Amino acid sequence: MRLEYFQMIDRFVELKPDERKIKALCKVPMESPVFEGHFPGFPLMPGVLLIECMAQTTGWLVSVVTGFVGLPLLVGVKDAKIKGIVLPGTELTFDGAIIHEGSGYAIAEAKGYSNGKSVCEARLTFSLTPYPNEEFRKIMIEMGHQVGIAVEEYTK
Amino acid sequence: MSSTFDTVANIIAETCDIPRDTITPDSHAIDDLGIDSLDFLDIAFAIDKAFGIKLPLEQWTQEVNEGKATTEEYFVLKNLCARIDGLVAAKNA
Repeated sequence: MRLEYFQMIDRFVELKPDERKIKALCKVPMESPVFEGHFPGFPLMPGVLLIECMAQTTGWLVSVVTGFVGLPLLVGVKDAKIKGIVLPGTELTFDGAIIHEGSGYAIAEAKGYSNGKSVCEARLTFSLTPYPNEEFRKIMIEMGHQVGIAVEEYTK
Repeated sequence: MSSTFDTVANIIAETCDIPRDTITPDSHAIDDLGIDSLDFLDIAFAIDKAFGIKLPLEQWTQEVNEGKATTEEYFVLKNLCARIDGLVAAKNA
């Protein structure tokens, strides 16, 4: 994880497009500029960034399932729960699942765990928007490789 | 068995917290009921689930943006319900 760059996913360890499921690993860094403000002398992983972890986990799954035809933009968060504090150095896993793939949008559910204990959950809505240009699409492919997704296998 | 309109109206009322008795077949989802595009995604999700279909929102949006169709054709509820019935019939054919 590099919180200040919104690089939340270290790698995906399970990807099951047919089942519409994915699992990500993310280790909260010991140090980050984010912790300088959240909070001074008492660093905690911000709850909004846990939601971002869930969004990125399921967002990549939406990209895979839809064949990387566009960028899944997060447009809705429902039933979000932050169930406990997450400290620097914590190893997190995130399970994501698509519960509905609509026309131009998708709805997913995600849960985050620390040592098997649930720390967060949410229902997320994504709207698919075309990539702004070919260069950005290449960046997405490179980012996919960095987190363990063989993008070419899933590209339509 | 409830009609398509009743099902859709109930979904809209529940999803958007709109009084059910203000929703009529002639209501325009956007202009009359004030439903925005994000709320409409929730409604589309509920409709897709309730009827086992996939509303072609991308196609509709494209047709409206290109001037090939008006929003009334898709978002006045009686017209929306007719399209839902058509999608259900096509699915069952």
